[in-house]
Amino acid sequence: MSGKTILKNCTLLGFENKMDILIMGGLIEKIEQSIEPEGAKVLDVGGNFVLSGLIDMHCNICEPGFENIENIETVSKSAARGGFTSITCEPNTKPIVDNKTVVEYIISKSKEQSSVNIYPYGSMSMGCEGKAIAEIGEMYEAGVVGISDGDQSVNNAALMRNVMRYTKMFDLPVITHCEDSSLSQNGVMHEGYTASCLGLRGIPREAEEIHVGRNILLAKNTGVRLHIAHVSTIGTVSMIREAKRNGIPITCETCPHYFTLTETAVEDYNTYAKVNPPLRTQDDVKAVLRGIADGTIDVIASGHSPASQTEKQKEFDNAAYGISALETAFSISYTTLVEGGYITLQRLLELMSKNPAEILKLTQKGEIAVGKDADLIVVETKETYPIEPKLFASKAKFSPFAGQEVKGRVRCTIVGGKIIS
Amino acid sequence: MSLYQKDFFGLRDLSAEDIRYLISTAETMKYILSQKNKKSPHLQGKSVIILFYEQSARAKLSYELAAQHMSANVVDMTNCTHSLGEESLRDMGQLIDQMGADFIILRHPMAGAARYLASRVGASVINAGDGYNENPGQSLLDLLTIKEQKGGFEGLKIAIVGDLIHSRVSKSNIWALTKLGAQVCVSGPTTLLLPDIEKFGVEVHYDAREAVNNADVILTTRMRLETQDETYLPSLDEYKRFFRVDHTLLKYAKKDAIVMHPGPIQRGIEISEGVIDSPQCIINDQMANSVAVRMAIFYILSQMGGGMA
Repeated sequence: MSGKTILKNCTLLGFENKMDILIMGGLIEKIEQSIEPEGAKVLDVGGNFVLSGLIDMHCNICEPGFENIENIETVSKSAARGGFTSITCEPNTKPIVDNKTVVEYIISKSKEQSSVNIYPYGSMSMGCEGKAIAEIGEMYEAGVVGISDGDQSVNNAALMRNVMRYTKMFDLPVITHCEDSSLSQNGVMHEGYTASCLGLRGIPREAEEIHVGRNILLAKNTGVRLHIAHVSTIGTVSMIREAKRNGIPITCETCPHYFTLTETAVEDYNTYAKVNPPLRTQDDVKAVLRGIADGTIDVIASGHSPASQTEKQKEFDNAAYGISALETAFSISYTTLVEGGYITLQRLLELMSKNPAEILKLTQKGEIAVGKDADLIVVETKETYPIEPKLFASKAKFSPFAGQEVKGRVRCTIVGGKIIS
Repeated sequence: MSLYQKDFFGLRDLSAEDIRYLISTAETMKYILSQKNKKSPHLQGKSVIILFYEQSARAKLSYELAAQHMSANVVDMTNCTHSLGEESLRDMGQLIDQMGADFIILRHPMAGAARYLASRVGASVINAGDGYNENPGQSLLDLLTIKEQKGGFEGLKIAIVGDLIHSRVSKSNIWALTKLGAQVCVSGPTTLLLPDIEKFGVEVHYDAREAVNNADVILTTRMRLETQDETYLPSLDEYKRFFRVDHTLLKYAKKDAIVMHPGPIQRGIEISEGVIDSPQCIINDQMANSVAVRMAIFYILSQMGGGMA
């Protein structure tokens, strides 16, 4: 993308006046009040916000192995629609990303078929089975940006400890899904009044919190960079707050559904609200919001985990977990957090772009500055629009937010200087 | 009123008025059943499919008899467990629907199954037990029995003793009895009390004697030592020690208190042999009412255009 492009009439965070951005060779070349076109392609963004492209730390791309549910092409279109210029990919594909060959495959396939950047995570354990350490070093060399077992938790504490000690030499973040499966085994939603009313088996908060506590202790003693995935409970937020206060190297993420929806979204056995970890209570939502506002929570990830309609249109117990979230994450977050007065737009961009870039060490990304990658999005914040899953670019055309009126529509997505959506 | 719709899922959705109407309709049906000729024409020309994914003697028999008394054609799909297992509930339901079923009586091991099926078929779906959610038919027969014995519900103290997690009829009973103005006290091993059960508007007592104290009615549940690989109890012997309804426990209740059980009963575990064989234990009256309440459900749904398919 060596051509020159100028974005005119941009509202940038931290600038009072409307600015122009000159993009050359995929990088941001200049940010000035008025840049002469001189043969460059000009895009007038009409005074809308131009923001740093979003980076998703928690996303399932389903390829290889589950292409009927989602594939690299559809997930990248979905990401672009939602303003994500970079996404990561959980290792729970088929085959599992537990060796360099699969890493190389995903990276090369992504270059061919994806318009956004895709950065794979490598698995912690062979086959995400929680038994033996995967070839983390080779995967690091092949280009993984983090180590994760997807939505599997490592039940064996000794293995978890060794994964952390081993990963430390590559300085990759260890991203943990926290779930004690002996506590969650028969559960399909949050344990509490709603589950009792519906006759569904519950997953208690402790299922998440016991592993969060354990992993914090292990991180403290190994010194690895621990990242807790999809925080959903009061206890998790307070343990992480305490750990940070004590100087333990820990970061964490939550997803939009954990600070907007509660267990009551499952009423009428709505399988579109069946996610793992489960939607919790109003108290948990408040705690997550507080965690976002006070800086305990570092990242908002989409938690995109597509499922097919066939798998969702089942009895609640049998239905697949999952949510189609790339195309709703930003607008739901913007509407709830910024319009709702919890945080500024600047802070939202830290949560969805700057902090993920720092954690994943994507040094060329995460902010708008001269010399950085031209991964940019144009966002319109005045108009209200409804969420319409049938229009999603993702193959997973469903959402628990369907019909909800939101603000913060992504009008245009630019990756490496190239306008892709 | 939520009673006036295509399907019948449970008592959570119904108002006190709806439930009273169902019970009074069941009383009418009981009168019909006392006649020499029990046949009534209400379901003439209609077909009723019994689709049971769990074994059951009582519920199946009572639904089947109820439908036959009301002149419906009845097909029992319980025995073909083999093909039931292979086909999804959705496909099986639609197949039955296409063949012109008017009513589908569904018993299924998953909560919400009746609701799931109902949104995908034209036939009226009647929930005959879904997972650990509800069993409204069994509950209605308990309610009819209580009303016959005690004259009403207002001001009664009702104790429910046993397994409050896996007993779906107990949950239906709690929904109904709290709406009908009874005071409901529950007791059972803490591992078998539904999470947040106090939010259902019931009193929770760890000591069965407190729950039973001055009670008019004692409802018991089935007890199983293990469910889904999870262990809730050290042993049934220990359960008996604390929660079995025997003459010692019964002394705390009102003199004329009645004892009920949904069946099948394990003699000497939930209720002592002595109490089972005493006149206070009215399990036989419960059985007698089971057909009448199912007829009432059919009657009301057919009045609402149920089974128009």
